[in-house]
Amino acid sequence: MTDSHGSNTGAAKIDSKNNGDAAIPNALSCDVRKRQGDFSLDVSLDVPASGVTALFGPSGSGKTTLLRLIAGLDRPDSGRVTLGDRVLADTRSGTHRPVHRRGLGVVFQEARLFPHYRVRGNLTYGMPRQSDSRFDDLVALLGIEPLLERMPGMLSGGEARRVAIGRALLTRPRLLLMDEPLTGLDGERKRELLRYLVRLTREIDIPVVYVSHDPAEITAIADHLAVMERGRLAAYGELDTLMLQLDLTRRLGGFEAATRLAVTVLSHDPHYALTDVGLDDGQRLRVPLLDLPPSHRTWLRIGVRDVALATRMPRDTSYRNGLIAQIEAMAASNHEPSAMELRLRVGDQRLRARLTRQACDEMQLEVGQTVLALIRSVSFDDAV
Amino acid sequence: MLSDAEWQAIALSLKIAGSAVAGIAIPGIAVAWLLARREFRGKALLDGLIHLPLVLPPVVVGYLLLLSLGRSGWLGQWLLKTFGISLPFTWQGAAVAGGVMAFPLLVRAVRLSLEAVDPKLEAAASTLGANRIRVLFTITLPLAIPGLLTGTVLAFARALSEFGATITFASNIPGETRTLPLALYTLIQTPGKEDAAARLCVISIVIAMVSLIASEWLARRARQRLQERDL
Repeated sequence: MTDSHGSNTGAAKIDSKNNGDAAIPNALSCDVRKRQGDFSLDVSLDVPASGVTALFGPSGSGKTTLLRLIAGLDRPDSGRVTLGDRVLADTRSGTHRPVHRRGLGVVFQEARLFPHYRVRGNLTYGMPRQSDSRFDDLVALLGIEPLLERMPGMLSGGEARRVAIGRALLTRPRLLLMDEPLTGLDGERKRELLRYLVRLTREIDIPVVYVSHDPAEITAIADHLAVMERGRLAAYGELDTLMLQLDLTRRLGGFEAATRLAVTVLSHDPHYALTDVGLDDGQRLRVPLLDLPPSHRTWLRIGVRDVALATRMPRDTSYRNGLIAQIEAMAASNHEPSAMELRLRVGDQRLRARLTRQACDEMQLEVGQTVLALIRSVSFDDAV
Repeated sequence: MLSDAEWQAIALSLKIAGSAVAGIAIPGIAVAWLLARREFRGKALLDGLIHLPLVLPPVVVGYLLLLSLGRSGWLGQWLLKTFGISLPFTWQGAAVAGGVMAFPLLVRAVRLSLEAVDPKLEAAASTLGANRIRVLFTITLPLAIPGLLTGTVLAFARALSEFGATITFASNIPGETRTLPLALYTLIQTPGKEDAAARLCVISIVIAMVSLIASEWLARRARQRLQERDL
């Protein structure tokens, strides 16, 4: 887990360490090959035993195929999938543990709620007995208490997804697989569910594999990133590290557009609808009102084009945020001839900025120099 | 209002058709599930065999039943030796004839409704830890209930109206195998019984209508339950 995960307040920690299973690390390891028509998947991937690992890639890159192999919904042509010390599939020994005995939670693109059960019945469908306390905690965390006696046909898209997520988690899975759980939701519903997801993934102590092709979503939720391209693993590592690799820019299509900073909520200013947040090194930022309690940890996504540099704080400016930063790396952009990519160091964190080459030359910016990173308050993504 | 003979025919018909449907319900659902959800060798052949009674003249089916289940038939001999059961010329034999004729209708209706159940829901259930049996009984069958009801009523109606196979295999014995259609046929053959024939005709229509309406009502209730809105 990255340091930015840290401690949390808010909802009660959800306990899934009930029966000694927790002693076994639930690290997922897969090394699988599968051919489907013209498409071939060949991936070797180890997912750490905690945190959120995002599978990112364009559609057709094999994300969902890989997820289905892990879940056991499909069989690999060859290869092996293990979770902790449990072999889920191994073509060499002919092992194929059936889906219902894998102990994985799966959240599909569609909610797939059972239309003939009430929400409560859906939630308890795969729940082991004696999980009552966990049921109440999770229902509260997902905000689905008022929906319990409804039939699924009555739910909105976002509500149905939340129920589906709760249903998967109540089976006490050792790993949660999520296949683009925000697909098909409109902007507001998407942000709302993403907020729930981010809170949830920080509460549960099982690893999560999160499939998505949306960099904003992944930036908000993931610790690790696996980039897929045409059925192969193109890059894998900690999300923050990958996002800062200037040379990966093109491959990460979309991720180049932003970096993220871990912050703690300090106070709210309801009059101007702003929130003050603090970075670990003591610097502060003003951002649009965040719906989070003080001392809550969160991430801010900052677009590379939303960062301007100055050598000192300008007067009479609309910029409300100036972070003292040090230039750590500079490189000409490899797909925009006018642009320079910069990596800045803010405390222990990194921030990326894209400036014109002309600006860099005229300001005589160089590596090692201390500058002010100016960020407009309104540019913050309120995704989480 | 109704004569003893009429009551007898009605009761006998209901008993025979009811037994026929009860007998084929589980095998019918099993075969429908196989056809809807599984790929296997000989699937087309099985499909064809099941539909044979639908396209063969009923008399041929009755005759085939007589050949196989009669006292000298291979299956009939075995039944007689092992269980002391003889089917021809008994009401049980009539039920067998009705069941065989109704089987394809039941399978067709159930298969269609099973195919309409989204396999994604079944996959979701299995990721929640449900084995195949549990998926079948908690997801597939409940969601297919409207089709199961329709299939059952269709099969019941078909067994009730069975004539050709029944008269060939089980004959036309008053109180034993003389169901409504057979009684009607007998009356038509008898001079001066036109009024009695007309009465049986009306009775047949009433029974058919009642079962159709009942099935429609049950299916609608089941559908409503599936799509139930907020209380």
